[in-house]
Amino acid sequence: MTEIKLGPLRFRASRPTRASLARAAQATWSIVALPVIAIVLALVVGYVVIVASQLLVPGRAIDLLLPLNAYATLFGGAFGSFDGIVRTLVSSTPLIFGGLSVALAFRAGLFNIGAQGQFLLGALGAVWIGVAVRDQPALFAIPVALLAAMLAGAAWGFIPGFLKAISGAHEVVTTIMLNYTAYSVIAWAVSGPLDQPGSASPITDTVGNAGLPILLGRTGHAGIVVALVAVAFVWWLLFRTTRGFEIRTVGANPDAARYAGMRPRFIMVLTMTLAGALAGLSGASVLLGVTRYMTASFGTTVGFDSIAVALLGRSHPVGVVFGALLFGAMRSGALVMYGQTRIPAEIVDVLQATILFFLVAAPVLRRVLRLRDVRSELGTTETLTRTYGSEAVTR
Amino acid sequence: MSAELDVATVRAPALEMRGVSKRYPGVLANDHIDLDVRPGEIHALLGENGAGKTTLMNVLYGLARPDEGEILLDGQPVTIHGPADAINQGISMVHQHFMLVPVFSVADNILLGAEVMRDPIFINRAEAHRRIVELGRRFGFDVDPEVRVGSLSVGWQQRVEILKALYRNARILVLDEPTAVLTPQETEEIFAVLRRLADAGHSIIFISHKLYEVLQIADRITVIRRGRVVGQRLPAETNEEDLAELMVGREVALVVDRGESHPGEVRLEIRGLRVRDDRGHEAVQGVDLEVRAGEIVGVAGVAGNGQDELVEAIIGLRPVAGGRISLEGRDVTTWSPRDMNEAGVGYVPADRHRFGVVLSFSIADNLSLTSYYKAPFARGLVRDEAAIESTAEERIRKFDVRTPTATAPANTLSGGNQQKLIVAREFGGETRLLVLDQPTRGLDVGSIEFIHRQTIAKRDAGAAILLVSAELDEVLEVSDRIAVMYRGRVVAIRDGRTADKNEIGLLMATGGEEREARAAGSAA
Amino acid sequence: MDLLQLLYSIPILGIVFQFVGYVVDIFPSIAPFILRGATPIAFAAMCGVLCERSGVVNIGIEGIMLVAAFVGWYAGALAVPLLGSVPVLAFGISAPMIVALLAAVAVGMVISLVHAWLSITVRADQIISGTIINIAALGVTSYLLNLVATTSARGAGLFVPFAAPTALTDLPLVGWIFGMFLNQGPITLSLLFIAIVFQVLLFRSRWGLRTRAVGEHPRAAETVGIDVMWVRYRNVVLGGGLAALGGAYLTMESINSFQFNMTAGRGFIGLAAMIVGRWSPLGALGAALLFASTQAVGRSIGIYPATGELGVVLRAIPGQVFDALPYLVTIIVLAGVVGRSIPPAADGQPYERESAT
Repeated sequence: MTEIKLGPLRFRASRPTRASLARAAQATWSIVALPVIAIVLALVVGYVVIVASQLLVPGRAIDLLLPLNAYATLFGGAFGSFDGIVRTLVSSTPLIFGGLSVALAFRAGLFNIGAQGQFLLGALGAVWIGVAVRDQPALFAIPVALLAAMLAGAAWGFIPGFLKAISGAHEVVTTIMLNYTAYSVIAWAVSGPLDQPGSASPITDTVGNAGLPILLGRTGHAGIVVALVAVAFVWWLLFRTTRGFEIRTVGANPDAARYAGMRPRFIMVLTMTLAGALAGLSGASVLLGVTRYMTASFGTTVGFDSIAVALLGRSHPVGVVFGALLFGAMRSGALVMYGQTRIPAEIVDVLQATILFFLVAAPVLRRVLRLRDVRSELGTTETLTRTYGSEAVTR
Repeated sequence: MSAELDVATVRAPALEMRGVSKRYPGVLANDHIDLDVRPGEIHALLGENGAGKTTLMNVLYGLARPDEGEILLDGQPVTIHGPADAINQGISMVHQHFMLVPVFSVADNILLGAEVMRDPIFINRAEAHRRIVELGRRFGFDVDPEVRVGSLSVGWQQRVEILKALYRNARILVLDEPTAVLTPQETEEIFAVLRRLADAGHSIIFISHKLYEVLQIADRITVIRRGRVVGQRLPAETNEEDLAELMVGREVALVVDRGESHPGEVRLEIRGLRVRDDRGHEAVQGVDLEVRAGEIVGVAGVAGNGQDELVEAIIGLRPVAGGRISLEGRDVTTWSPRDMNEAGVGYVPADRHRFGVVLSFSIADNLSLTSYYKAPFARGLVRDEAAIESTAEERIRKFDVRTPTATAPANTLSGGNQQKLIVAREFGGETRLLVLDQPTRGLDVGSIEFIHRQTIAKRDAGAAILLVSAELDEVLEVSDRIAVMYRGRVVAIRDGRTADKNEIGLLMATGGEEREARAAGSAA
Repeated sequence: MDLLQLLYSIPILGIVFQFVGYVVDIFPSIAPFILRGATPIAFAAMCGVLCERSGVVNIGIEGIMLVAAFVGWYAGALAVPLLGSVPVLAFGISAPMIVALLAAVAVGMVISLVHAWLSITVRADQIISGTIINIAALGVTSYLLNLVATTSARGAGLFVPFAAPTALTDLPLVGWIFGMFLNQGPITLSLLFIAIVFQVLLFRSRWGLRTRAVGEHPRAAETVGIDVMWVRYRNVVLGGGLAALGGAYLTMESINSFQFNMTAGRGFIGLAAMIVGRWSPLGALGAALLFASTQAVGRSIGIYPATGELGVVLRAIPGQVFDALPYLVTIIVLAGVVGRSIPPAADGQPYERESAT
């Protein structure tokens, strides 16, 4: 047994034997089997959808190979070239942040559908401060802009968390309301205080030095590095700190948490705020790394995508990375696919929903495919969230 | 010829279960059980928790399908597909945990599933009310069909459940632990009702593990142990010791030797405590109580007289409306659960799945649940995994928690071992005060014995112990002093050694007030 | 000075009074629009009531409405070349419109069946299941819209509103109430009827008693012989039909085309209305009217400009605030009301049957 100590951190590794490797392989398969099978099945459903939709559009010949072509260009566009891989990484970056946000909330028993609104507010914060410091040295401008994004997103996460803690208002409805409100806030800010004179439609100035530097290819920006740091941080928080233990306990059993001296309401508010900050960084990564300015119609699919990423990754930071890569690949490849096959990029949404469907229908899948049951702290078929009313909030 | 036939039919059992077997994964719950019940008979089914009584009745009621065996009603074999079927055949069940919808009225609860219709769509409430009131009167109680069931006392809810069964013309009535939540007085009243039902020709199956009650009410007693029938008795031919031995399979010392107590200084002092319940009513109405170091104070009382609120207030899970709680001289009235834990107070909660364990976490994590934030389990913000695991292994050994590893999730433990886990957490370490609420509810005899012994050991080590239990036997067995709680007050304190069980029972039911006793007597 | 002027001239508080006066003034003009705007929200809310009273949480109402809106439009567009567009009944109903409406309701019920299966049989987390439906709905409708947009198909047409007799609508003082309730298309007209029937059935019929029992204490219902699963399946599917009506309204009674994500959160506002209405159909309708009023008032500020002090204040507020108004009001009302609003006891909890069959 070898042991490595780094301050308070401790890693233990035992020497591998054939039996332990076999067990590890089986354990890995048990964990990834379900997501993998769900993806494969989703691709099959996608095939059916693409073929069937050809029937709905009168006047087109039915091409049975079209879906396969589509998938080829989808994944080819994502992974088939260096540029493609860079594009995939760029698409995955906001999804890593978003997935971490939703996963962290799930751990506390909360459903952060508000990642979308927090994304927008984070982007707004980033562009507002970014424009203000555009001429400062990058070493100052970038962290400040990121911080602004985190604070803005945190505020948009704090509100529903706070409301739930004091009144039991379910975070699903309040965050969705805030998502729609966020669009109005963006519209107001971009056409009002941030509007740059000299163009017909509202548009902000560019963020100059606050923009993230390009590290890879033409578009691969430094956001991916920040994202991986965030992954490490969330993992450490959840599994190595007392605060993370509290979050997980409140999610698993709020009554026992109260007895253990934890304060569930405080934890709920804290978790939603942190989740908001993470989703805010997701918006910042797009704004500071890709567009570098904002228009009134700054839109996103990141919100819903993050939910799928979190569920696919079983609310674990490492799983989130894999989920984010998959969906990032699909999103960036979809544009190439549309260019070459005229199949609308929204097919990715259909695939996404289908993957989730098969994940959620897991017990039935398991029985059909005779997979061994893996005990995980957060299975997709257990009730992850609590519903309305003050039942959800303990005293 | 016809006379013989008459005798035969009169003697035919109303219900016969022959060779019924039911297997669940890992356990043979019923093993070729034979049971027969005559018309107009009260037949008691006696056995420990987990002996198979409830499974057998679930088979009868259609909630489980038997693997082997058959059921005969009035000599005819029948198959029962589900509760609707059972009800149609005249079998009704009154469950241990009431199957009543709290927000519905008495009438709606009784009607559900057997509604009186005005036309194909709408319910005829007026007619239903009439029938319900009449039915109640026939068996001796006045019931208001409009009252919300949630606001009724437990005894009255019991009556509503029985009415539900009678309303459906039940000929066979199965009652599962009906007296678990009743005062001795209410128990007498229910027994009177049951007698009247039996005299009217209904057959009654009475499931219980309470020996003295079974001897009181039953015409015949069937004892089940580990899924098998181990004996049948007439009450006149047996006694508690005999039944206990049948139930458990060995000579049972009905009383654990608790030894001498040497009480020291006062650890916990409660003066004039007032606490409100979830509905805002005062559940604790001025309690005075003292617990000394090295003594066990047992709080006896029927569930629902303020014990839960008292315990939660002491621990800090519930705010105090008035009065004072002191721990070793310090005023702890407003202290939080963490403060109390820091001061050396251990708590074994009544609802162990809700407050005691996090089922999806590992056993080791559960053992660190109340001290996760400090040494040795954490330094500052960071947790020390190694320390958590090693402490867990040590405690698992010391408290005999049966598990292969410390990292297995807590939901792999049996109920008894989960309770031992909680005990291992709360009993390990320097404890100044232990608060135990229903610590052995639903456990097997072995675990009960273990926990009682550990409690006495803690007392001998100098801890002050407050034990709240609805099982009068447990309180009598373990306590050095007994406090009786009634309607939110401590109405009497007796010495544990010399306490008279009947007196305590009466105090639990009436609070020692003459007026109540007379009123309760005339309500029957 | 009369009382009104006195109230209006109080500093700060006077603005509030002026605003109330303004709303009262324009109310008769906007009343019909309030009821119309409330229609999709109310149907969504009633779907929610039906599902949750049976113990199933249905977050996917938004998705069902969106798909129903799409089907209502596109099925009609496909049917017109086949069936012609001659109106055959009142309300300008033509054969293609009947087909479209039936198709929309059918699709709504099928989607609900999926949700029911995931929630009741698979016993998955019901909120996740609903979210999947929302994601799929947005994806499928956007995907198909993209595919067919080039054909710029027109739907089967809009329902023609009923024309209330002028004898009623011209009555002084109360005439506008008749106009509000009667000058509406068939879906809106049916809303009141359905809400009342639903309310009566829920609390007085056998179906309603069993439904509520299943939502409060399913175990108790099972022990008296009620098939909990069947009751839940049936109610969730019926609820899907209600939600589909709300969605069909958008493309069959409101505008004759489909737009990307056109439900714009009405399904969720419907859920909020359900909570505010304490899980009763009439309460949900009332709450839906409340939310629709905020929408209507917000929009009319531009159309009927206020005068004087109030006008100055209102013009100073950015237009986007009024866009966000319905959503903000929802949050405020939800936070203020929810604590006192108690859902059915078994709401959202998966149920495991014990019966042998």
